[in-house]
Amino acid sequence: MTTPMSYYGRPVIKAPTWRWYIGAYLFVGGLAGASTPIVLAARATRNDTLARASLGAACAGIVVSPILLIADLRDPKRFINMLRVFKITSPMSVGSWILTFFGANVAVAAASEWTGIATPLGRTAEVLAALSGPALATYTAALLADTAVPVWHDARHELPFVFAGGALASAASCALIFTPIADAKLARRLATLGAIVEFATLERMKKRLGPLVGEPYRLGGSSRYKQIARMTSALSLALMRGAKGNRTLAIASGLLGITSALCERFSIFEAGKLSANDPKYTVAPQLARRAQREAQAS
Amino acid sequence: MKTFDDTAATAQATYDVPEDRMGFFTDTTLCIGCKACEVACKEWNELQEDGYNFTAESYDNTSALGGNTWRHVAFIEQLPRPVGPANDAEPLPPIPELDGGVASLLDRDASVGPMQFDTMGRWLMSSDVCKHCTRAACLDVCPTGALVRSEFGTVVVQDDVCNGCGYCVPACPFGVIAEQPQSGHAAKCTMCYDRLRDGEKPACAKSCPTESIQFGNLDELRARADERLANVVARFPTARLYGNDEDDGVGGFGAFFLLLDKPHVYGLPPDPIVTTRDLPSIWRTTAYSALALSLLVVTASIGTGKA
Amino acid sequence: MGSNMAENHPVGFQWVVEARERGAEVIHIDPRYTRTSAIATMHVPLRVGSDIAFLGGIINYIIANGREFRPYVEHYTNAATIVDERFVDADTNDGVFSGFDEAERSYDNASWQYDGMDPHPSSGQRSGGAARGEAHGAHGAPLTGSAPPHRDPTLQHPRCIFQLLKKHYARYTPEMVANVCGVPEAQFLAVAEALCRNSGAERTTAFAYAVGWTHHTTGVQYIRAAAIVQLLLGNIGRPGGGILALRGHASIQGSTDIPTLYNILPGYLPMPHAAMHQSLQHYVDTVSSKTGYWGYTKEYMVSLLKAYYGDAATTANDFGFAYLPRIDGDHSVFTSIVGMIEKKVRGYFIVGENPVIGNVNGGMHRKALASLDWLVVRDLFEIESASFWYDGPEIESGVMKTSEIGTEIFFLPAAAHTEKSGSFTNTQRLLQWHHQAVEPQGDARSDLWFYYHLGVRIREKLRDSTDPRDRAILDLAWTYPTSGTNADPDSDAILREINGTGADGKEISSYTDLRADGSTSCGCWIYAGCYKDGINGAARRKPGSEQDWVAREWGWAWPANRRILYNRASAAPDGTPWSERKKYVWWDAGQKKWTGYDEPDFMLHTPPDYVPPEGAEREETLSGTDPFIMQADGVGWLFVPDGIEDGPLPVHYEPQESPVENALHPARRGNPARQFYDRKDNPYNPPGDAPGSDRFPFTMTTYRITEHHTTGGMSRNVPYLSELQPEMFCEVSPELAELRGLEHGGYATIVTTRSAIEARVMVTKRMRPLRIDGRTVYDVGLPYHWGSNGIVTGDAANELFAIVTDPNVHIHETKAATCDIRPGRRPRGAVLATFLEAQRT
Repeated sequence: MTTPMSYYGRPVIKAPTWRWYIGAYLFVGGLAGASTPIVLAARATRNDTLARASLGAACAGIVVSPILLIADLRDPKRFINMLRVFKITSPMSVGSWILTFFGANVAVAAASEWTGIATPLGRTAEVLAALSGPALATYTAALLADTAVPVWHDARHELPFVFAGGALASAASCALIFTPIADAKLARRLATLGAIVEFATLERMKKRLGPLVGEPYRLGGSSRYKQIARMTSALSLALMRGAKGNRTLAIASGLLGITSALCERFSIFEAGKLSANDPKYTVAPQLARRAQREAQAS
Repeated sequence: MKTFDDTAATAQATYDVPEDRMGFFTDTTLCIGCKACEVACKEWNELQEDGYNFTAESYDNTSALGGNTWRHVAFIEQLPRPVGPANDAEPLPPIPELDGGVASLLDRDASVGPMQFDTMGRWLMSSDVCKHCTRAACLDVCPTGALVRSEFGTVVVQDDVCNGCGYCVPACPFGVIAEQPQSGHAAKCTMCYDRLRDGEKPACAKSCPTESIQFGNLDELRARADERLANVVARFPTARLYGNDEDDGVGGFGAFFLLLDKPHVYGLPPDPIVTTRDLPSIWRTTAYSALALSLLVVTASIGTGKA
Repeated sequence: MGSNMAENHPVGFQWVVEARERGAEVIHIDPRYTRTSAIATMHVPLRVGSDIAFLGGIINYIIANGREFRPYVEHYTNAATIVDERFVDADTNDGVFSGFDEAERSYDNASWQYDGMDPHPSSGQRSGGAARGEAHGAHGAPLTGSAPPHRDPTLQHPRCIFQLLKKHYARYTPEMVANVCGVPEAQFLAVAEALCRNSGAERTTAFAYAVGWTHHTTGVQYIRAAAIVQLLLGNIGRPGGGILALRGHASIQGSTDIPTLYNILPGYLPMPHAAMHQSLQHYVDTVSSKTGYWGYTKEYMVSLLKAYYGDAATTANDFGFAYLPRIDGDHSVFTSIVGMIEKKVRGYFIVGENPVIGNVNGGMHRKALASLDWLVVRDLFEIESASFWYDGPEIESGVMKTSEIGTEIFFLPAAAHTEKSGSFTNTQRLLQWHHQAVEPQGDARSDLWFYYHLGVRIREKLRDSTDPRDRAILDLAWTYPTSGTNADPDSDAILREINGTGADGKEISSYTDLRADGSTSCGCWIYAGCYKDGINGAARRKPGSEQDWVAREWGWAWPANRRILYNRASAAPDGTPWSERKKYVWWDAGQKKWTGYDEPDFMLHTPPDYVPPEGAEREETLSGTDPFIMQADGVGWLFVPDGIEDGPLPVHYEPQESPVENALHPARRGNPARQFYDRKDNPYNPPGDAPGSDRFPFTMTTYRITEHHTTGGMSRNVPYLSELQPEMFCEVSPELAELRGLEHGGYATIVTTRSAIEARVMVTKRMRPLRIDGRTVYDVGLPYHWGSNGIVTGDAANELFAIVTDPNVHIHETKAATCDIRPGRRPRGAVLATFLEAQRT
């Protein structure tokens, strides 16, 4: 009959209705966003090969992202409504503008790069894309954190860093695939650094969430994605040394790094659904919070 | 004119509370579980049925608020009697509430009103609805501006603006707003905005036969609720108000309740907090993380240039 | 008791909730813990079918402890009246009263009469025709003899009714109540004491009941028992008192006032009997009473005939009395069903009813309908009673074949209440008007339209007929103004016709205006005044805030807009209010008339000290202290000498099917006068300790829930209602679930000798097993809303029940019977037929 934690054990909050497109977008947006600073850094270090590879990745990202978002909305016209207003209280609104701004600049930069026309304009756009890229890579963390889902909201202090690390690792891994070994030093470094940041902040997040609220990461789909992410990340890092001298190993490492980042996002995405669907994650911490407040008051 | 802006992220999360903010006070001590509110709501708002599922969860077969169920009546059976032996030869266990005999049944303080034997068990019924929060997460996070604060202080979805992004759904700390399957839009109680415009009561309040659902000026309702609680607490020692506190995590509910048990027993969060209360810190953290990402790239690029 | 008011009358229940909030105790005495119990201040579970034992216990408690409201009992009831010395109480006669004929299973009530009075001419003539209740319409029987009856105002005479009552109920002790009803003594005493404490000069108590009381083989006596309690406690005719019959539909009260019943005419005038009522004068002589207001029977009847036949009703033709159809016995629904099977009844109208789901033994009903030549069904949706020939359970099991059913069925879509104007009469006798909102869609038509135009067409076909029997139709006053696209008759004009008009053609204002000379016309004498001064009284909607608490300007209550009947009883014999708190109607000595908050239900200028002179007639025979003016002796009847088939005092009998023997009268298990339909297609489960009874060890009871309406015709076609209760379910206690291995949320099959149905299982502590006579009795709760048609479908609970009825009103027993319950779904198809065959042997 009634469970102690809620009404017939039903969820107290509603799980997101987002389908896998949104989970994929978390990854694609991150990859695209983190690619543009690499483009700029490559330009600064006169590494046009790497710059082109990352610009290509960003470009692919801005093509795929709207497709994913619109697929979830089910109707292209609906995306237009995102641009009716700008609301700082809505990370999705902010994100839509970031994506639009970012997308426009990447498009201009890429067009210029591959046509050779209006290079100064293209480079300016590249700078603007590089400045907005990190925002695109991390705003999705704000978006998830700004919900009532305990496993996301309670992770608000770490989640942006997790996303930043993951995005960087994936962008660098992607670059690794498309860049000759000689030009890929920055990519290798960033892939390693990104993976480390992601791992470290995830650990910190796990600690903060504690055994109850963090439990969804140990359950079902979230746990499976997490295991794959961990495994592929470790393999990717293990291959990194060989990637310095072997293009095949470099491509393998890059693919593994990308897979890891993708799975990590899906792990987080799925954990949110699990967290919302079991009322104990919502109710127990709130009961404790209430009791604590009442104890303090008395 | 009161303004809530203490913890809100931006001016958009702030709003001027209209003098005549309207609300619901749902007094569950008066609810008879007739579900007229559910049906009247669906009739008026032209909602769809939510499927024909026998749940065996007491008399509740609609289970929860959703895109097509904007009022939902919960049924909670709390009958503490001991379960007897499953044969007809052995006697049944004694009925605890009759332990004191006639004297205990009749000897009571007349000033507290009629006797009420909570010990005999109770069947709690409560009509749940959108809380029309003072600080409404759904409204804050809506990227399109489809969710608006009406002139009645209520939170309303504009169907023609909503693009079905679904962000409001996990943002709501009460699990109220949901996607309506046939339209793909977010949907929830509008407090019958159209009826309010015409000076009418919302359909649920109008159809409630026992005035369990009371509609009116929120300040007046709050005062009435305080009085009501004081009146019934002797009869219903477990009675409590839920959502009447302006200092709670959502700045007080526009639709609040008198409950007879802990909120979570009814499927309500014990200590709801509007998620956007933490949005300033989330934005800060996000900005730092973006900056960190950039710095990391810059730092790492040192020494990677072509010789 | 016998009502689940919160679930079935939620709108009216708001006042019960409000009363509780103002400090009233609300006690719910019911086998199940329902939504009513949830609001009540106390729930008292009792065994199904044991209410008379409980009420008898209360009567005993009142008398044994001297808790009766003495002055009320002395003056306003027949407590002091002395009964014929031949009377023998059932209590000392193995459970039957004197005058019982075992072969006929009926009573001769000659020995029940008041001392010195003659039995009514129609008494004891049941075998020759209609039951006594039918002979009297629905009013108290007349008294003839050396009026006034003998009385002992000290209430000490051993044959005075008070002493008979005391003796009759002496064995209904708290221990006996506990043993029969399963209600612990302490709880029973708490209820009895609460009732007594809340009655008297300062306080009043009301009973509310519904079909939980009526659907028994002793149903009428259930209500009689409550009437005795209320008369003893002085709770009739006073504000806050009474016995509220909660009706099952919006205008069931209206459909007995202007009846759809075979045995009465409008205003409770008895339907003429073929043998007894050859002429109008003969009818008036046998029906009317020399004392009280039934002395005006002729005025009422002649005015009704004038409304029916208009100018064709003249003194020369007895006002068309001969045109009226006659009855010659029991023509109730179940008897008609048997008649169909026996090919005596060839055609049938089913309107606003779904008998194959709503009545017991649906299988026998379908067999009957399949035997008809023609059947007309008018309803909002194609209900099961219209579709049984292709989708009934017998088609599924192969017992009946569509190709072999010869009945020609006409299904006619009916208009809903929003599509027509008219009145509802509620349980308080209050007429309330509803206005048409939209025209009916498609072929749907109002009932008024249907009957009016059917009449017009029949009359057209008979226009040139010279057959004398067709005069009855051709002489009808059948002209009504019509309006709208469908030429709907004007319901307002019909209400006006019901109200009646005088010689001047103007609306009359009261039934006292009616004349027996044909100068007045009135469609229903008790409704006279509802269209007073040309104003539709039913349509009045003055808000409560703009008038006093009696709210006499909201709708219109019959008779004469009285809100409480017999309200003379709200004042003491001397005409002053019993108390300031319960002041309602009183004698104003200054103005020399009765006055008060309500329309006084008394002769307006008859003072409290009026003593009828020798030779007085009709209402003038009543003294100034006789509040029950429709009764021949002007008092409330604790003991009923005439008018009831099964005894002058209620006795606890077991239902036809019950798992226990009758602890009070071991020799008489059930009501000796109950009506059987002992047929192969209507088998009874072995009762009590009879051989084979152990196969049906549990009790079952049917009921409604808020979410659906009766057989579901109007609710199972509405998605919003269907989703609220989508499947047939049964409610069982955790104890029974364990005993039978029933799984919460799973399926169970409920079995009787009639049928087997399946239902989802709701295991709930709200169902409570009871300890009866050293054994535990488990109850199975069955809502009866489902059938094969509509959005949500399921098995119909009434399939399980057998036809056995109360002898007075021929109502079936759906609230108590025996059954078995098993886990899992029921057999299907031909297997079901074999399975049922096995249950019957």
